[in-house]
Amino acid sequence: MSLAIEHRRWKKPPLIKRAWLRWTLILGFAVYLALAFNTTNVNWARVWEGLPRGAQFVTAFFPPDFTSRWSEIVEGIAESLWMTVVATAVGIALSIPVGIGAARNIAPLPVYYFCRSVLAVSRSFQEVILAIFFVKLFGFGPFAGFVTLAFATIGFYGKLLAEDIEDMDASQAEAVRATGSSWLQWINYGVQPQVMPRMIGLGLYRLDINFRESAVVGIVGGGGIGATLNTAFDRYEFDSAAAIILIIIFIVMLTEYSSGYLRRWVQ
Amino acid sequence: MMSDALAAPKRSWQRRDRKAQLSVWFGWLIGTAIFVYCFQKISETTIWAFVWDAPAQAADLGARMVPPAWSYIHQLWRPIWDTLNIATMGTLISIVLAVPIAYCAARNTTPSVTFLRPIALFIIVASRSINSLIWALMLVTIVGPGVFAGIIAIGLRSIGFVAKLLYEAIEEIDESQVEAVRSTGASAAQTTTYGIVPQVMPAFAGISVFRWDINIRESTVLGLVGAGGIGLELNAAITQLYWTQVSLMLLVIIATVILSEWVSAKVRHAII
Repeated sequence: MSLAIEHRRWKKPPLIKRAWLRWTLILGFAVYLALAFNTTNVNWARVWEGLPRGAQFVTAFFPPDFTSRWSEIVEGIAESLWMTVVATAVGIALSIPVGIGAARNIAPLPVYYFCRSVLAVSRSFQEVILAIFFVKLFGFGPFAGFVTLAFATIGFYGKLLAEDIEDMDASQAEAVRATGSSWLQWINYGVQPQVMPRMIGLGLYRLDINFRESAVVGIVGGGGIGATLNTAFDRYEFDSAAAIILIIIFIVMLTEYSSGYLRRWVQ
Repeated sequence: MMSDALAAPKRSWQRRDRKAQLSVWFGWLIGTAIFVYCFQKISETTIWAFVWDAPAQAADLGARMVPPAWSYIHQLWRPIWDTLNIATMGTLISIVLAVPIAYCAARNTTPSVTFLRPIALFIIVASRSINSLIWALMLVTIVGPGVFAGIIAIGLRSIGFVAKLLYEAIEEIDESQVEAVRSTGASAAQTTTYGIVPQVMPAFAGISVFRWDINIRESTVLGLVGAGGIGLELNAAITQLYWTQVSLMLLVIIATVILSEWVSAKVRHAII
């Protein structure tokens, strides 16, 4: 008896405990990968041909050309910043009613379903797809970009606001209601102070995201630095493109650090 | 007693004292000023006639989009499959590359704090701040249009995300477990596999699935710059004004995104 035990070696417990599930997942994934590899057509000749161009692109970073397109770059960055600020402000202002409507504990059921579907639509489309349509509707330029980013902000901010309201402490809101407050007073004094600290932090985070996204809505005509970058690529001006990319990285780092710092300060 | 209470000045409760109230108002003033300035700048470059015309345009566009061209779905299976592949293989590439980077970036596992860690952190920031569409734009000019550029773009973009969340998970592990494994006389590699890996494995699986879900959404648009997937068809249909096909593709995209979100939520629930 004891011998049998001694011969058993310890094995690491697997991540997925049910053996059949584990093996089904592994096998299914292997089959999928085999299929995916076989159906992906890669034109290796074209890839090979492009490698020198890739090298050229990498060398364009040493040094990047900030000077020859400087005025366009400054204009693009400024446009991106305006878009970011206006879109974040408008988006958050619009997402407050939607977010309140999408919180199950304070909204009636029809309102809840309506607001949730608004959030779902806004969240499932990538900013770029939205931008294409808004550019069609509003014409080229930063206005279309602003509408895109504002609409995308509603999906993000409204959902998080709704979830935060659903997680709030009901007794505090109940206490305010017990004083005979009106609905607006109830929201203002019972609900808002509970969600405010987190929401300010998320607002700053969204500002940061909106700047990043403003760099891509320009590619489809939404104005901002993306438009400048796209032009640089179209003209094969890799050294200017490198400069723009470095500036984007720098600003994103700057906003990320400062918004992180501000969030810690607010909370 | 009575007179005392009466003599006390009648004050109603206020949320903030005067100083706090003033600073809040001042904050609002500055915020509004910035907003108005920025809006003014946007408004200068906008042709307002187009904006006022937009509701009519939207109604017109909406009318052209219904009913969706259902029969077109048969030509869409292939682009959908490509989109799925871009997201999945891109995520796989990013996972493979992100693991060593996260290992170097975590303060408690990095081989060298002064040299390797800053490099790893820079890679993470650079990858995160460039959108996948911009990566795709670059890669299409380098490796040519097609699915391959999309896969690499998604991969490069996701490295930063996966590595950042993973290294934060590594930094939050319970050191005493690592200590316990090390005290049995385990080598460095054994300490990693038995002390660290089991602790971050659930987080790692969760992060990967989460990123895959985001990547599905991102890969739907890569085709707009030529990097394959359903975006390619979407772009073609929009430029040729086949609006009924466009509306079908939008429905397909919504369905795909909701499905992938559901899968990822299920998997993360099962793990955590």
